Amino acid sequence: MDIKEGYYGQWGGAFTPEVLHSTFAELKAAFKKAKEDPAFWQEYVNLMSSYSCRPTPLTAAENLSGLFGGARIFIKREDLNHTGAHKANNVIGQGLLVKRMGKKRVIAETGAGQHGVATATMAAKFGFDCTIYMGEEDVRRQRPNVFWMEKLGATVVPVTDGSRTLKDAINEAFRDWVGSMDDTHYVMGTVCGPHPFPEMVAWFQSIIGIEARAQILDRTGGLPAAVYACVGGGSNAMGIFQGFLNDPEVELVGVEAGGRGLDSGEHASRLAGRDASPGVAQGYKTMFLQNADGQMRDTHSVAAGLDYIGVSPMLTDLWEKGRVRFAAATDAEVMDTLDLTMRREGIIPALESAHGFVQAFKEAPGLSPDDSIIINMSGRGDKDIFTIAHAFNDPSWKEFIIARGKEYAAE
Amino acid sequence: MQLNDQPLTRTLRAALASKKILLMTHLVLGYPSFAVNREVVRRMVTAGVDLIELQIPFSEPVADGPMILKANQESISSGVTVAGCLEFAAEVIAAHGIPFLFMTYYNILFKYGVEDFVSLAREIGIKGFIVPDLPPEEGKEFLEITRAAGLAPIQIFAPTSTPERMRYLAGHGDGFIYCVARRGVTGSKTDFDTDFADYMVRCRAATDLPLAVGFGIRNRDDVASLVGRADIAVIGTETIRLVDSRGPGAVEEFIAGLR
Repeated sequence: MDIKEGYYGQWGGAFTPEVLHSTFAELKAAFKKAKEDPAFWQEYVNLMSSYSCRPTPLTAAENLSGLFGGARIFIKREDLNHTGAHKANNVIGQGLLVKRMGKKRVIAETGAGQHGVATATMAAKFGFDCTIYMGEEDVRRQRPNVFWMEKLGATVVPVTDGSRTLKDAINEAFRDWVGSMDDTHYVMGTVCGPHPFPEMVAWFQSIIGIEARAQILDRTGGLPAAVYACVGGGSNAMGIFQGFLNDPEVELVGVEAGGRGLDSGEHASRLAGRDASPGVAQGYKTMFLQNADGQMRDTHSVAAGLDYIGVSPMLTDLWEKGRVRFAAATDAEVMDTLDLTMRREGIIPALESAHGFVQAFKEAPGLSPDDSIIINMSGRGDKDIFTIAHAFNDPSWKEFIIARGKEYAAE
Repeated sequence: MQLNDQPLTRTLRAALASKKILLMTHLVLGYPSFAVNREVVRRMVTAGVDLIELQIPFSEPVADGPMILKANQESISSGVTVAGCLEFAAEVIAAHGIPFLFMTYYNILFKYGVEDFVSLAREIGIKGFIVPDLPPEEGKEFLEITRAAGLAPIQIFAPTSTPERMRYLAGHGDGFIYCVARRGVTGSKTDFDTDFADYMVRCRAATDLPLAVGFGIRNRDDVASLVGRADIAVIGTETIRLVDSRGPGAVEEFIAGLR
């Protein structure tokens, strides 16, 4: 039982500067009211179905199931959401809340860029001003998403502090917010940060699990043996896991970024690895990748959305209680799996999502054909075209880039 | 109302008997180096600073603006450790007869162990702590340990704090109250306008502790405008900027000219 508001076991809390106290009080009150109002959830579900292709399908990956010879593999297609990722669920929900609160501007942080694109899209739809903070390194890695955010009318601010990735973008968004909270809402992109963000984002993302549970029962007549999801902050994982938390026979597996290997020091595995320890940063308590002094370490992943220092306090609690098992997928495994999934199934997972596929493919052969498993495909991979082409060392793509570069240089 | 007689509060009240306003300065430990810190502290004390906050750098200083953020990051990248900061603090406290405080973020204390950290801080002569990301709701253990050690857990008021909230915060604070002059992070310009005057009246009504005002204080006029409204003017970013651009020598002249 959670004793203290905003805590999941010993994890979570609200470690916020005093200047944000009243803003969080306002947000908590607005969220509580919305959560208790069935009309709000109905409005949300209606909007998601007309604007974001919900319910997203549960695709039977028949070719891959045949290849591995074990459990039937199903893929929950969050990539088919508007803007190509599960991020739409959260931002549309928060957008409806912002409308209720009467604020006019939204800010957000983004790593892979999917949350930034989703927020910029939501802002365009609802008529909010929008600023997106993105680490300079991620701006470089995810240039196509930056292009779309700008075209959607958002201002993208490259963050040049620290490791120039997601954690630095979060800090910068908080800095903006402490000066702008009167008219601005911070659209936190994942189930992290101070209370009530984890609870709020998890609530909007629970739509994935609610749908997935009903769909698998409909398709197979039973529950899956396991559900796999990649974990950066953990929003897609919490989203689908919530549908099965009360089904103890369903194993829940979170897959973190193993980067160049768990012993390399270049990864972002908090719960699957051995390098993380309890800490308090960015407003909440969880397991962080930090040094003995409490300074956050640099992380690495081929997937920009997974190289985060912390992890949802909700997932840390579920991990501690043994309800969610954690594994790590290396960059190399992710690239192999991506290749296989594209060629065998005609599906292009995001680099983030491919982490979940890696672990599912490792474990499917050990299960029976009577079993089913679900992989939550959090997003589509076409956003990763530059990173994927680089990782595959694709010669024709390189030629194209060189030629296009020369054309621009000549202009 | 019975006046708070915590050791730091007593020291500040005694100093206020002969000065219209006290000056508190700030430095990020290890930025640009401990050697420069040492020189800056010496010059600050010579120029008449009344108390100094020593910021132990943290990799995620969410309440700090770009200048102090950069100082935090450069200090950490240059290899500065918490142990090194504690050692340096012990040295300057022993060398100078004014109160020193630690300013840092909660994770630094949490990782070190709150009890051990407070105990060591007390041993070396630190008088209090400013921990901007630790509201009283989350800081029960820290508050109990700090008070038991006779040190001051400085609480922070913001312009957005309601009168009830201010009284709640003051009830968990000691030493003095740090009043953030405006919304936003450190290092930007603050307008000391009518709203600010009203804010200071609310702060004063909420507590009998001395009031320090920080965020955006840059010159003699800013300090003068605080006389009669606050007890301590806090100069943070401006001295870092001065040391960066003109070296430690410029700090002494700057501080001496503030009142």
